[in-house]
Amino acid sequence: MNISSTVIKYGDNVDTDVIIPARYLNASDNASLAQHCMEDLDPDFHKKVETSKIVTGGQNFGCGSSREHAPLALKASGVQLVIAKSFARIFFRNSINIGLAIMECPEAVDGIKNGDRVEVDTDSGTIVNKTTGKSYKTAPFPDFIAKIIADGGLINAIKDGDVK
Amino acid sequence: MEMTMTQKILAAHAGLDQVVPGQLILAKTDRVLGNDITSPVAIREFNKLGFSDVFDKDKVTMVMDHFAPNKDIKAAIQCQTCRNFCREKEITHFYDVGAMGIEHALLPEKGLVVSGDLVVGADSHTCTYGALGAFSTGVGSTDMACAMAVGKLWFKVPSALRFVLKGKLKPHVSGKDVILHIIGMIGVDGALYKSMEFTGEGVASLSMADRLTICNMAIEAGGKNGIFEVDQTTLDYVRQHSGRQPRVYKADPDASYEKTYEIDLSTIRPTVAFPHLPGNARTIDQVGDVKIDQVVIGSCTNGFYENLEEAASIIRGHKIAKGVRCIVIPATQAIYLKAMENGLLRDFVEAGCVVSTPTCGPCLGGYMGVLAPGEVCVSTTNRNFIGRMGDKSSKVYLASPAVAAASAIKGRIASFEEV
Ligand code: SF4
Repeated sequence: MNISSTVIKYGDNVDTDVIIPARYLNASDNASLAQHCMEDLDPDFHKKVETSKIVTGGQNFGCGSSREHAPLALKASGVQLVIAKSFARIFFRNSINIGLAIMECPEAVDGIKNGDRVEVDTDSGTIVNKTTGKSYKTAPFPDFIAKIIADGGLINAIKDGDVK
Repeated sequence: MEMTMTQKILAAHAGLDQVVPGQLILAKTDRVLGNDITSPVAIREFNKLGFSDVFDKDKVTMVMDHFAPNKDIKAAIQCQTCRNFCREKEITHFYDVGAMGIEHALLPEKGLVVSGDLVVGADSHTCTYGALGAFSTGVGSTDMACAMAVGKLWFKVPSALRFVLKGKLKPHVSGKDVILHIIGMIGVDGALYKSMEFTGEGVASLSMADRLTICNMAIEAGGKNGIFEVDQTTLDYVRQHSGRQPRVYKADPDASYEKTYEIDLSTIRPTVAFPHLPGNARTIDQVGDVKIDQVVIGSCTNGFYENLEEAASIIRGHKIAKGVRCIVIPATQAIYLKAMENGLLRDFVEAGCVVSTPTCGPCLGGYMGVLAPGEVCVSTTNRNFIGRMGDKSSKVYLASPAVAAASAIKGRIASFEEV
Protein backbone atom coordinates (compact mmCIF):
# COMPACT_ATOMS: atom_id res chain seq x y z
CA MET A 1 0.00 0.00 0.00
CA ASN A 2 1.26 3.50 -0.87
CA ILE A 3 0.30 6.52 1.21
CA SER A 4 1.29 10.14 0.62
CA SER A 5 0.20 12.76 3.14
CA THR A 6 1.20 15.43 5.60
CA VAL A 7 1.77 14.28 9.17
CA ILE A 8 0.11 14.95 12.53
CA LYS A 9 2.73 14.40 15.20
CA TYR A 10 2.14 13.36 18.84
CA GLY A 11 4.48 12.40 21.70
CA ASP A 12 5.11 9.34 23.90
CA ASN A 13 2.49 7.18 25.63
CA VAL A 14 -0.56 8.29 23.64
CA ASP A 15 -3.10 6.16 25.54
CA THR A 16 -6.39 4.68 24.43
CA ASP A 17 -8.27 6.91 26.88
CA VAL A 18 -7.26 9.99 24.88
CA ILE A 19 -7.68 8.27 21.51
CA ILE A 20 -11.30 7.53 22.42
CA PRO A 21 -12.39 8.43 25.99
CA ALA A 22 -14.21 5.66 27.87
CA ARG A 23 -17.23 7.92 28.41
CA TYR A 24 -18.08 7.43 24.73
CA LEU A 25 -17.73 3.64 24.74
CA ASN A 26 -21.45 3.16 25.15
CA ALA A 27 -21.51 3.28 21.36
CA SER A 28 -19.33 1.42 18.90
CA ASP A 29 -20.49 2.70 15.50
CA ASN A 30 -17.83 4.36 13.39
CA ALA A 31 -19.51 7.77 13.20
CA SER A 32 -19.70 8.30 16.97
CA LEU A 33 -16.18 6.94 17.50
CA ALA A 34 -14.78 9.29 14.88
CA GLN A 35 -16.66 12.23 16.36
CA HIS A 36 -14.78 12.03 19.70
CA CYS A 37 -11.42 10.71 18.54
CA MET A 38 -8.46 12.49 20.23
CA GLU A 39 -10.69 15.24 21.65
CA ASP A 40 -9.00 15.37 25.10
CA LEU A 41 -5.49 15.57 23.63
CA ASP A 42 -5.98 17.65 20.51
CA PRO A 43 -9.26 19.54 19.96
CA ASP A 44 -8.12 20.42 16.42
CA PHE A 45 -7.58 16.79 15.41
CA HIS A 46 -10.70 16.79 13.26
CA LYS A 47 -9.63 19.75 11.21
CA LYS A 48 -6.12 18.37 10.76
CA VAL A 49 -7.23 14.89 9.71
CA GLU A 50 -9.19 16.34 6.79
CA THR A 51 -5.88 16.76 5.00
CA SER A 52 -3.36 14.73 7.06
CA LYS A 53 -3.79 10.96 6.90
CA ILE A 54 -0.63 9.91 8.73
CA VAL A 55 -0.21 10.12 12.51
CA THR A 56 3.14 9.69 14.24
CA GLY A 57 3.66 8.89 17.91
CA GLY A 58 6.59 8.26 20.23
CA GLN A 59 7.08 5.27 22.53
CA ASN A 60 4.24 3.00 23.66
CA PHE A 61 1.55 4.35 21.30
CA GLY A 62 -1.90 3.02 22.19
CA CYS A 63 -1.13 2.02 25.76
CA GLY A 64 -3.92 1.36 28.21
CA SER A 65 -7.19 -0.38 27.61
CA SER A 66 -7.83 -3.20 25.16
CA ARG A 67 -10.56 -1.25 23.41
CA GLU A 68 -10.56 -2.00 19.71
CA HIS A 69 -12.57 1.20 19.52
CA ALA A 70 -9.22 3.06 19.58
CA PRO A 71 -7.78 1.93 16.22
CA LEU A 72 -11.34 1.88 14.86
CA ALA A 73 -11.79 5.53 15.89
CA LEU A 74 -8.55 6.56 14.17
CA LYS A 75 -9.47 4.64 11.04
CA ALA A 76 -13.01 6.02 11.01
CA SER A 77 -11.60 9.55 11.36
CA GLY A 78 -9.65 9.04 8.17
CA VAL A 79 -6.22 8.08 9.50
CA GLN A 80 -4.55 5.66 7.07
CA LEU A 81 -1.30 4.96 8.88
CA VAL A 82 0.28 5.33 12.31
CA ILE A 83 4.07 5.41 12.56
CA ALA A 84 5.44 5.18 16.12
CA LYS A 85 8.66 4.44 17.95
CA SER A 86 6.87 1.53 19.60
CA PHE A 87 3.31 0.34 20.08
CA ALA A 88 1.55 -1.06 23.13
CA ARG A 89 0.93 -4.70 22.31
CA ILE A 90 -2.88 -4.88 22.37
CA PHE A 91 -3.13 -1.79 20.17
CA PHE A 92 -0.63 -3.45 17.81
CA ARG A 93 -2.76 -6.65 17.65
CA ASN A 94 -5.99 -4.72 17.23
CA SER A 95 -4.65 -2.58 14.41
CA ILE A 96 -3.56 -5.65 12.48
CA ASN A 97 -6.82 -7.41 13.19
CA ILE A 98 -8.97 -4.51 11.94
CA GLY A 99 -6.68 -3.49 9.09
CA LEU A 100 -5.25 -0.15 10.24
CA ALA A 101 -1.73 0.13 8.83
CA ILE A 102 0.97 0.65 11.48
CA MET A 103 4.76 0.89 11.30
CA GLU A 104 7.41 0.88 13.98
CA CYS A 105 10.30 3.18 13.06
CA PRO A 106 11.99 5.32 15.76
CA GLU A 107 14.37 7.03 13.29
CA ALA A 108 11.53 8.14 11.03
CA VAL A 109 9.57 9.49 14.00
CA ASP A 110 12.60 11.53 15.10
CA GLY A 111 13.17 12.77 11.54
CA ILE A 112 9.59 13.80 10.79
CA LYS A 113 8.15 17.11 12.01
CA ASN A 114 4.53 18.06 12.43
CA GLY A 115 3.20 19.02 8.99
CA ASP A 116 5.99 17.38 6.94
CA ARG A 117 4.90 15.64 3.75
CA VAL A 118 5.69 11.92 3.80
CA GLU A 119 5.45 9.11 1.26
CA VAL A 120 5.19 5.55 2.51
CA ASP A 121 5.32 2.13 0.86
CA THR A 122 4.08 -0.26 3.55
CA ASP A 123 4.99 -3.41 1.57
CA SER A 124 8.67 -2.62 1.41
CA GLY A 125 8.71 -0.69 4.71
CA THR A 126 10.02 2.50 3.08
CA ILE A 127 9.25 5.93 4.50
CA VAL A 128 10.38 9.04 2.59
CA ASN A 129 10.14 12.48 4.13
CA LYS A 130 9.51 14.70 1.09
CA THR A 131 10.00 17.86 3.12
CA THR A 132 13.55 16.99 4.20
CA GLY A 133 14.43 14.46 1.48
CA LYS A 134 15.49 11.84 4.02
CA SER A 135 14.31 8.22 3.74
CA TYR A 136 13.90 5.47 6.33
CA LYS A 137 13.48 1.72 6.26
CA THR A 138 11.63 -0.62 8.63
CA ALA A 139 11.43 -4.41 8.82
CA PRO A 140 8.43 -5.77 6.91
CA PHE A 141 5.91 -7.88 8.86
CA PRO A 142 6.64 -11.57 9.46
CA ASP A 143 4.79 -13.92 7.06
CA PHE A 144 2.17 -15.00 9.55
CA ILE A 145 1.05 -11.41 10.16
CA ALA A 146 1.46 -10.39 6.51
CA LYS A 147 -1.00 -13.16 5.63
CA ILE A 148 -3.59 -11.83 8.07
CA ILE A 149 -3.19 -8.32 6.65
CA ALA A 150 -3.29 -9.61 3.07
CA ASP A 151 -6.52 -11.41 3.92
CA GLY A 152 -7.92 -8.05 5.08
CA GLY A 153 -7.80 -8.79 8.81
CA LEU A 154 -8.23 -11.74 11.15
CA ILE A 155 -11.90 -12.36 10.37
CA ASN A 156 -11.14 -12.93 6.71
CA ALA A 157 -8.05 -14.97 7.54
CA ILE A 158 -10.20 -17.36 9.53
CA LYS A 159 -12.86 -17.46 6.81
CA ASP A 160 -10.16 -18.26 4.26
CA GLY A 161 -8.92 -21.10 6.44
CA ASP A 162 -5.55 -19.50 7.16
CA VAL A 163 -6.20 -19.82 10.89
CA LYS A 164 -7.46 -23.30 11.73
CA MET B 1 16.54 -24.15 25.26
CA GLU B 2 15.18 -23.74 28.79
CA MET B 3 11.80 -22.02 29.13
CA THR B 4 10.08 -19.57 31.48
CA MET B 5 6.70 -20.33 33.13
CA THR B 6 4.88 -18.35 30.43
CA GLN B 7 6.76 -20.03 27.60
CA LYS B 8 5.94 -23.49 29.01
CA ILE B 9 2.23 -22.74 29.21
CA LEU B 10 2.23 -21.35 25.66
CA ALA B 11 4.17 -24.36 24.32
CA ALA B 12 1.77 -26.80 26.00
CA HIS B 13 -1.25 -25.03 24.47
CA ALA B 14 0.33 -24.92 21.02
CA GLY B 15 1.18 -28.63 21.15
CA LEU B 16 4.89 -27.88 20.92
CA ASP B 17 7.80 -29.19 23.02
CA GLN B 18 9.68 -25.97 22.70
CA VAL B 19 9.03 -22.31 21.93
CA VAL B 20 11.44 -19.39 21.74
CA PRO B 21 10.88 -15.63 22.20
CA GLY B 22 9.60 -13.98 19.04
CA GLN B 23 8.11 -17.20 17.66
CA LEU B 24 4.55 -16.88 16.34
CA ILE B 25 2.31 -19.69 17.48
CA LEU B 26 -1.32 -20.74 17.29
CA ALA B 27 -2.46 -21.80 20.75
CA LYS B 28 -5.63 -23.27 22.26
CA THR B 29 -7.58 -21.09 24.67
CA ASP B 30 -9.08 -22.50 27.89
CA ARG B 31 -11.26 -19.46 28.42
CA VAL B 32 -12.40 -16.51 26.30
CA LEU B 33 -13.73 -13.46 28.15
CA GLY B 34 -15.56 -10.30 27.19
CA ASN B 35 -17.45 -7.50 28.94
CA ASP B 36 -20.37 -5.24 28.07
CA ILE B 37 -18.14 -2.81 26.16
CA THR B 38 -15.90 -5.13 24.17
CA SER B 39 -18.33 -8.02 23.57
CA PRO B 40 -20.78 -6.12 21.32
CA VAL B 41 -17.93 -5.38 18.89
CA ALA B 42 -16.79 -9.02 19.13
CA ILE B 43 -20.34 -10.25 18.51
CA ARG B 44 -20.57 -8.04 15.41
CA GLU B 45 -17.31 -9.56 14.11
CA PHE B 46 -18.34 -13.10 15.14
CA ASN B 47 -21.50 -12.75 13.08
CA LYS B 48 -19.42 -11.84 10.02
CA LEU B 49 -17.57 -15.16 10.39
CA GLY B 50 -20.66 -17.21 9.66
CA PHE B 51 -20.12 -19.70 12.50
CA SER B 52 -23.40 -20.87 14.01
CA ASP B 53 -21.93 -21.75 17.42
CA VAL B 54 -19.08 -20.82 19.71
CA PHE B 55 -16.26 -23.35 20.01
CA ASP B 56 -17.27 -24.37 23.54
CA LYS B 57 -20.31 -23.08 25.46
CA ASP B 58 -18.56 -23.61 28.81
CA LYS B 59 -15.39 -21.77 27.87
CA VAL B 60 -16.82 -18.47 26.68
CA THR B 61 -17.60 -16.00 29.48
CA MET B 62 -19.29 -12.61 29.34
CA VAL B 63 -19.54 -10.28 32.32
CA MET B 64 -21.73 -7.15 32.33
CA ASP B 65 -19.61 -4.95 34.59
CA HIS B 66 -18.46 -1.70 32.96
CA PHE B 67 -21.70 0.27 32.55
CA ALA B 68 -24.00 -2.15 34.42
CA PRO B 69 -26.48 -1.75 36.06
CA ASN B 70 -26.93 0.27 32.88
CA LYS B 71 -26.03 3.92 33.05
CA ASP B 72 -28.01 4.98 29.99
CA ILE B 73 -29.97 3.68 27.02
CA LYS B 74 -26.92 3.08 24.86
CA ALA B 75 -25.31 1.02 27.62
CA ALA B 76 -28.55 -0.90 28.05
CA ILE B 77 -28.52 -1.78 24.35
CA GLN B 78 -24.95 -3.09 24.67
CA CYS B 79 -25.93 -5.41 27.52
CA GLN B 80 -29.01 -6.46 25.58
CA THR B 81 -26.80 -7.43 22.63
CA CYS B 82 -24.65 -9.60 24.92
CA ARG B 83 -27.65 -11.09 26.72
CA ASN B 84 -29.36 -12.08 23.48
CA PHE B 85 -26.18 -13.58 22.05
CA CYS B 86 -25.47 -15.61 25.17
CA ARG B 87 -29.05 -16.88 25.32
CA GLU B 88 -29.02 -17.85 21.66
CA LYS B 89 -25.62 -19.57 21.84
CA GLU B 90 -26.46 -21.13 25.23
CA ILE B 91 -23.35 -19.68 26.88
CA THR B 92 -23.02 -21.20 30.37
CA HIS B 93 -21.08 -18.40 32.01
CA PHE B 94 -23.00 -15.22 31.30
CA TYR B 95 -23.00 -12.90 34.32
CA ASP B 96 -25.69 -10.25 34.37
CA VAL B 97 -26.76 -7.80 37.08
CA GLY B 98 -27.40 -9.74 40.28
CA ALA B 99 -24.76 -12.36 39.50
CA MET B 100 -22.04 -10.23 38.03
CA GLY B 101 -19.03 -8.66 39.67
CA ILE B 102 -16.00 -6.97 38.14
CA GLU B 103 -14.77 -9.59 35.68
CA HIS B 104 -11.22 -10.04 36.96
CA ALA B 105 -12.35 -10.53 40.53
CA LEU B 106 -15.26 -12.71 39.45
CA LEU B 107 -13.47 -15.30 37.31
CA PRO B 108 -11.01 -16.51 39.98
CA GLU B 109 -13.78 -16.47 42.59
CA LYS B 110 -16.07 -18.60 40.39
CA GLY B 111 -13.25 -21.06 39.77
CA LEU B 112 -13.24 -20.29 36.05
CA VAL B 113 -9.44 -20.04 35.95
CA VAL B 114 -6.96 -22.54 37.39
CA SER B 115 -3.18 -22.76 37.32
CA GLY B 116 -1.79 -23.65 33.91
CA ASP B 117 -4.77 -22.29 31.93
CA LEU B 118 -4.44 -20.09 28.87
CA VAL B 119 -6.99 -17.28 29.11
CA VAL B 120 -7.68 -14.46 26.69
CA GLY B 121 -10.03 -11.60 27.41
CA ALA B 122 -11.15 -8.57 25.48
CA ASP B 123 -10.08 -6.43 28.42
CA SER B 124 -6.55 -5.33 29.08
CA HIS B 125 -6.59 -6.35 32.77
CA THR B 126 -7.15 -9.99 31.84
CA CYS B 127 -3.51 -10.33 32.90
CA THR B 128 -4.82 -10.52 36.50
CA TYR B 129 -5.11 -14.32 36.50
CA GLY B 130 -1.35 -14.75 36.36
CA ALA B 131 -1.74 -14.63 40.15
CA LEU B 132 -3.05 -18.20 39.86
CA GLY B 133 -0.14 -19.38 37.73
CA ALA B 134 -2.15 -19.12 34.51
CA PHE B 135 -1.12 -17.40 31.29
CA SER B 136 -3.68 -14.70 30.69
CA THR B 137 -3.58 -11.65 28.51
CA GLY B 138 -5.76 -8.92 27.09
CA VAL B 139 -6.74 -8.94 23.43
CA GLY B 140 -9.07 -6.97 21.19
CA SER B 141 -12.66 -7.62 20.18
CA THR B 142 -11.75 -9.17 16.82
CA ASP B 143 -9.41 -11.52 18.68
CA MET B 144 -12.27 -12.37 21.01
CA ALA B 145 -14.57 -13.07 18.07
CA CYS B 146 -12.06 -15.42 16.48
CA ALA B 147 -11.25 -17.16 19.75
CA MET B 148 -14.98 -17.65 20.38
CA ALA B 149 -15.27 -19.24 16.94
CA VAL B 150 -12.24 -21.52 16.82
CA GLY B 151 -10.90 -21.67 20.40
CA LYS B 152 -7.46 -20.64 19.20
CA LEU B 153 -5.50 -17.46 18.74
CA TRP B 154 -2.14 -16.30 17.42
CA PHE B 155 0.52 -15.25 19.90
CA LYS B 156 4.04 -13.99 19.73
CA VAL B 157 6.07 -15.82 22.39
CA PRO B 158 7.33 -13.16 24.82
CA SER B 159 10.70 -12.81 26.46
CA ALA B 160 10.58 -12.19 30.19
CA LEU B 161 11.61 -10.05 33.12
CA ARG B 162 12.09 -11.84 36.44
CA PHE B 163 11.23 -10.31 39.79
CA VAL B 164 12.75 -12.19 42.70
CA LEU B 165 10.88 -11.23 45.86
CA LYS B 166 12.30 -11.65 49.32
CA GLY B 167 11.32 -10.55 52.82
CA LYS B 168 7.85 -9.57 53.95
CA LEU B 169 5.68 -6.46 53.57
CA LYS B 170 5.25 -4.14 56.56
CA PRO B 171 1.75 -3.78 58.07
CA HIS B 172 -0.71 -1.77 55.87
CA VAL B 173 1.69 -2.02 52.92
CA SER B 174 0.20 -4.20 50.19
CA GLY B 175 0.43 -5.57 46.66
CA LYS B 176 -0.63 -2.19 45.25
CA ASP B 177 2.46 -0.52 46.73
CA VAL B 178 4.65 -3.29 45.29
CA ILE B 179 3.34 -2.92 41.75
CA LEU B 180 3.32 0.93 41.83
CA HIS B 181 6.92 0.73 43.04
CA ILE B 182 7.83 -1.63 40.18
CA ILE B 183 6.10 0.48 37.49
CA GLY B 184 7.82 3.57 38.91
CA MET B 185 11.12 1.74 38.63
CA ILE B 186 10.82 0.24 35.12
CA GLY B 187 8.39 2.74 33.54
CA VAL B 188 5.04 2.38 31.76
CA ASP B 189 6.73 0.62 28.85
CA GLY B 190 9.39 -1.14 30.90
CA ALA B 191 7.90 -4.56 30.22
CA LEU B 192 6.56 -3.86 26.71
CA TYR B 193 5.66 -7.18 24.95
CA LYS B 194 7.28 -9.10 27.83
CA SER B 195 6.18 -11.40 30.65
CA MET B 196 6.70 -10.30 34.23
CA GLU B 197 7.46 -13.42 36.26
CA PHE B 198 7.34 -13.27 40.06
CA THR B 199 9.27 -15.75 42.12
CA GLY B 200 11.44 -16.02 45.24
CA GLU B 201 10.88 -16.82 48.91
CA GLY B 202 9.00 -13.54 49.42
CA VAL B 203 6.07 -14.82 47.34
CA ALA B 204 4.88 -17.05 50.18
CA SER B 205 4.10 -14.05 52.38
CA LEU B 206 1.79 -12.46 49.78
CA SER B 207 -1.96 -13.12 49.94
CA MET B 208 -3.91 -14.10 46.82
CA ALA B 209 -5.40 -10.57 46.84
CA ASP B 210 -1.89 -9.06 46.78
CA ARG B 211 -0.87 -11.31 43.90
CA LEU B 212 -4.04 -10.51 41.93
CA THR B 213 -3.38 -6.78 42.39
CA ILE B 214 0.23 -7.11 41.24
CA CYS B 215 -0.61 -9.13 38.10
CA ASN B 216 -3.58 -6.86 37.38
CA MET B 217 -1.24 -3.94 36.78
CA ALA B 218 1.37 -5.80 34.69
CA ILE B 219 -0.29 -4.15 31.66
CA GLU B 220 0.44 -0.75 33.21
CA ALA B 221 4.14 -1.52 32.69
CA GLY B 222 3.33 -2.57 29.11
CA GLY B 223 3.59 -6.27 30.01
CA LYS B 224 1.97 -9.01 27.99
CA ASN B 225 1.28 -10.91 31.19
CA GLY B 226 2.26 -11.13 34.83
CA ILE B 227 2.60 -14.52 36.46
CA PHE B 228 3.36 -15.87 39.93
CA GLU B 229 5.04 -19.15 40.69
CA VAL B 230 2.44 -21.58 42.05
CA ASP B 231 2.75 -22.42 45.75
CA GLN B 232 0.57 -23.82 48.53
CA THR B 233 -1.41 -20.55 48.79
CA THR B 234 -2.31 -20.83 45.08
CA LEU B 235 -3.25 -24.49 45.28
CA ASP B 236 -5.40 -23.95 48.37
CA TYR B 237 -7.17 -21.06 46.61
CA VAL B 238 -7.78 -23.04 43.43
CA ARG B 239 -9.10 -26.11 45.32
CA GLN B 240 -11.41 -23.90 47.33
CA HIS B 241 -12.89 -22.24 44.25
CA SER B 242 -12.74 -24.76 41.42
CA GLY B 243 -13.35 -28.44 40.81
CA ARG B 244 -10.79 -28.45 37.99
CA GLN B 245 -7.25 -29.78 38.39
CA PRO B 246 -4.52 -27.14 38.39
CA ARG B 247 -1.48 -27.76 36.17
CA VAL B 248 1.72 -26.41 37.63
CA TYR B 249 4.42 -25.09 35.30
CA LYS B 250 7.73 -24.10 36.84
CA ALA B 251 10.39 -22.11 35.04
CA ASP B 252 13.46 -24.15 34.11
CA PRO B 253 16.43 -23.41 36.38
CA ASP B 254 18.39 -21.69 33.60
CA ALA B 255 15.51 -20.18 31.68
CA SER B 256 16.70 -16.92 30.20
CA TYR B 257 15.39 -13.56 31.36
CA GLU B 258 16.14 -10.19 29.81
CA LYS B 259 16.63 -8.83 33.26
CA THR B 260 16.30 -9.93 36.88
CA TYR B 261 15.21 -7.53 39.62
CA GLU B 262 15.56 -8.37 43.29
CA ILE B 263 12.96 -6.76 45.49
CA ASP B 264 13.07 -6.80 49.26
CA LEU B 265 9.41 -6.51 50.25
CA SER B 266 10.29 -5.19 53.69
CA THR B 267 11.71 -2.02 52.11
CA ILE B 268 8.57 -1.19 50.10
CA ARG B 269 6.89 2.01 51.33
CA PRO B 270 3.34 3.17 50.66
CA THR B 271 3.46 4.46 47.08
CA VAL B 272 1.26 6.88 45.13
CA ALA B 273 1.17 7.33 41.34
CA PHE B 274 0.73 10.98 40.35
CA PRO B 275 -1.29 12.13 37.32
CA HIS B 276 -1.26 11.24 34.45
CA LEU B 277 0.71 8.00 34.32
CA PRO B 278 0.81 4.94 36.59
CA GLY B 279 4.61 5.21 36.39
CA ASN B 280 4.73 8.62 38.14
CA ALA B 281 5.35 6.90 41.47
CA ARG B 282 6.35 8.66 44.68
CA THR B 283 6.62 7.27 48.17
CA ILE B 284 4.11 8.73 50.61
CA ASP B 285 6.69 11.01 52.29
CA GLN B 286 7.36 12.67 48.89
CA VAL B 287 3.72 13.47 48.17
CA GLY B 288 3.36 16.87 49.87
CA ASP B 289 0.04 18.58 50.47
CA VAL B 290 -2.49 17.33 47.92
CA LYS B 291 -6.11 18.26 48.71
CA ILE B 292 -8.76 15.89 47.40
CA ASP B 293 -12.44 15.92 46.44
CA GLN B 294 -13.13 12.22 46.07
CA VAL B 295 -11.86 8.78 47.08
CA VAL B 296 -12.69 5.55 45.25
CA ILE B 297 -12.01 2.20 46.91
CA GLY B 298 -12.74 -0.67 44.55
CA SER B 299 -12.06 -1.95 40.99
CA CYS B 300 -10.47 -5.13 39.64
CA THR B 301 -7.22 -3.96 41.22
CA ASN B 302 -8.37 -3.37 44.79
CA GLY B 303 -12.00 -4.37 45.23
CA PHE B 304 -11.16 -7.68 46.93
CA TYR B 305 -12.41 -8.54 50.41
CA GLU B 306 -8.95 -8.12 51.96
CA ASN B 307 -8.78 -4.62 50.47
CA LEU B 308 -12.13 -3.60 51.97
CA GLU B 309 -11.09 -5.07 55.31
CA GLU B 310 -7.89 -3.03 55.22
CA ALA B 311 -9.74 0.18 54.35
CA ALA B 312 -12.41 -0.46 57.00
CA SER B 313 -9.79 -1.08 59.67
CA ILE B 314 -8.53 2.47 59.09
CA ILE B 315 -11.87 4.20 58.55
CA ARG B 316 -13.71 2.51 61.48
CA GLY B 317 -14.65 5.03 64.15
CA HIS B 318 -13.65 8.05 62.03
CA LYS B 319 -15.57 10.42 59.77
CA ILE B 320 -14.81 11.15 56.13
CA ALA B 321 -13.38 14.68 55.84
CA LYS B 322 -15.83 17.49 55.12
CA GLY B 323 -16.09 18.14 51.40
CA VAL B 324 -14.79 14.70 50.42
CA ARG B 325 -16.93 11.98 48.78
CA CYS B 326 -15.78 8.44 49.48
CA ILE B 327 -17.16 5.70 47.23
CA VAL B 328 -16.62 2.06 48.18
CA ILE B 329 -17.29 -0.66 45.60
CA PRO B 330 -16.99 -4.34 46.52
CA ALA B 331 -15.82 -6.15 43.38
CA THR B 332 -18.30 -9.04 43.46
CA GLN B 333 -21.60 -10.04 45.06
CA ALA B 334 -19.81 -12.58 47.28
CA ILE B 335 -17.40 -9.91 48.51
CA TYR B 336 -20.34 -7.56 49.09
CA LEU B 337 -22.11 -10.20 51.17
CA LYS B 338 -19.04 -11.05 53.25
CA ALA B 339 -18.37 -7.35 53.86
CA MET B 340 -21.97 -6.99 54.98
CA GLU B 341 -21.91 -10.01 57.27
CA ASN B 342 -18.68 -8.90 58.89
CA GLY B 343 -19.91 -5.37 59.50
CA LEU B 344 -17.56 -3.58 57.08
CA LEU B 345 -20.41 -1.97 55.17
CA ARG B 346 -21.71 -0.51 58.44
CA ASP B 347 -18.23 0.87 59.20
CA PHE B 348 -18.11 2.55 55.81
CA VAL B 349 -21.62 3.99 55.91
CA GLU B 350 -21.28 5.26 59.48
CA ALA B 351 -18.09 7.07 58.51
CA GLY B 352 -19.93 8.79 55.67
CA CYS B 353 -18.90 6.64 52.69
CA VAL B 354 -21.34 5.44 50.06
CA VAL B 355 -21.28 1.73 49.18
CA SER B 356 -22.10 0.75 45.60
CA THR B 357 -23.20 -2.46 43.97
CA PRO B 358 -20.31 -4.17 42.12
CA THR B 359 -19.45 -2.26 38.92
CA CYS B 360 -16.47 -0.72 37.14
CA GLY B 361 -18.37 2.58 37.23
CA PRO B 362 -16.04 5.45 38.13
CA CYS B 363 -12.81 3.55 37.32
CA LEU B 364 -13.22 4.43 33.65
CA GLY B 365 -15.27 7.58 34.12
CA GLY B 366 -18.48 5.75 33.34
CA TYR B 367 -20.81 6.69 36.18
CA MET B 368 -21.11 6.40 40.00
CA GLY B 369 -18.49 9.07 40.65
CA VAL B 370 -17.44 10.93 37.51
CA LEU B 371 -15.14 13.91 38.22
CA ALA B 372 -15.95 17.56 37.44
CA PRO B 373 -13.38 19.97 35.94
CA GLY B 374 -10.37 20.44 38.21
CA GLU B 375 -11.43 17.82 40.76
CA VAL B 376 -8.89 15.56 42.44
CA CYS B 377 -9.45 11.91 43.30
CA VAL B 378 -7.41 9.32 45.20
CA SER B 379 -8.31 5.97 43.75
CA THR B 380 -7.36 2.34 44.31
CA THR B 381 -7.92 1.71 40.58
CA ASN B 382 -5.16 1.17 38.03
CA ARG B 383 -5.14 4.07 35.56
CA ASN B 384 -4.77 7.81 35.97
CA PHE B 385 -4.62 8.89 32.33
CA ILE B 386 -5.99 12.28 31.27
CA GLY B 387 -9.79 12.20 31.46
CA ARG B 388 -9.87 8.62 32.77
CA MET B 389 -12.37 9.39 35.54
CA GLY B 390 -14.17 12.35 34.09
CA ASP B 391 -13.32 15.83 32.83
CA LYS B 392 -9.96 16.15 31.13
CA SER B 393 -8.81 18.68 33.73
CA SER B 394 -9.56 16.34 36.66
CA LYS B 395 -6.72 14.49 38.34
CA VAL B 396 -6.41 10.91 39.61
CA TYR B 397 -3.80 9.71 42.10
CA LEU B 398 -3.44 5.93 42.35
CA ALA B 399 -2.88 4.43 45.79
CA SER B 400 -3.44 1.43 48.05
CA PRO B 401 -6.65 0.85 50.01
CA ALA B 402 -4.83 1.90 53.21
CA VAL B 403 -3.65 5.21 51.76
CA ALA B 404 -7.02 5.85 50.10
CA ALA B 405 -8.82 5.27 53.41
CA ALA B 406 -6.45 7.53 55.35
CA SER B 407 -6.78 10.22 52.67
CA ALA B 408 -10.58 10.09 52.87
CA ILE B 409 -10.39 10.89 56.58
CA LYS B 410 -7.77 13.63 56.24
CA GLY B 411 -9.12 15.31 53.09
CA ARG B 412 -5.68 15.21 51.49
CA ILE B 413 -3.36 12.42 50.44
CA ALA B 414 -2.28 10.93 53.74
CA SER B 415 -0.56 7.96 55.28
CA PHE B 416 -2.39 5.53 57.58
CA GLU B 417 0.15 6.53 60.24
CA GLU B 418 -1.54 9.92 60.47
CA VAL B 419 -4.93 8.49 61.36
S1 SF4 C 1 -12.49 -2.02 37.23
FE1 SF4 C 1 -11.57 -0.54 35.83
S2 SF4 C 1 -9.71 -1.48 35.08
FE2 SF4 C 1 -10.94 -3.09 36.05
S3 SF4 C 1 -12.10 -4.03 34.37
FE3 SF4 C 1 -13.35 -2.40 35.24
S4 SF4 C 1 -12.89 -0.56 34.01
FE4 SF4 C 1 -11.28 -2.06 33.64
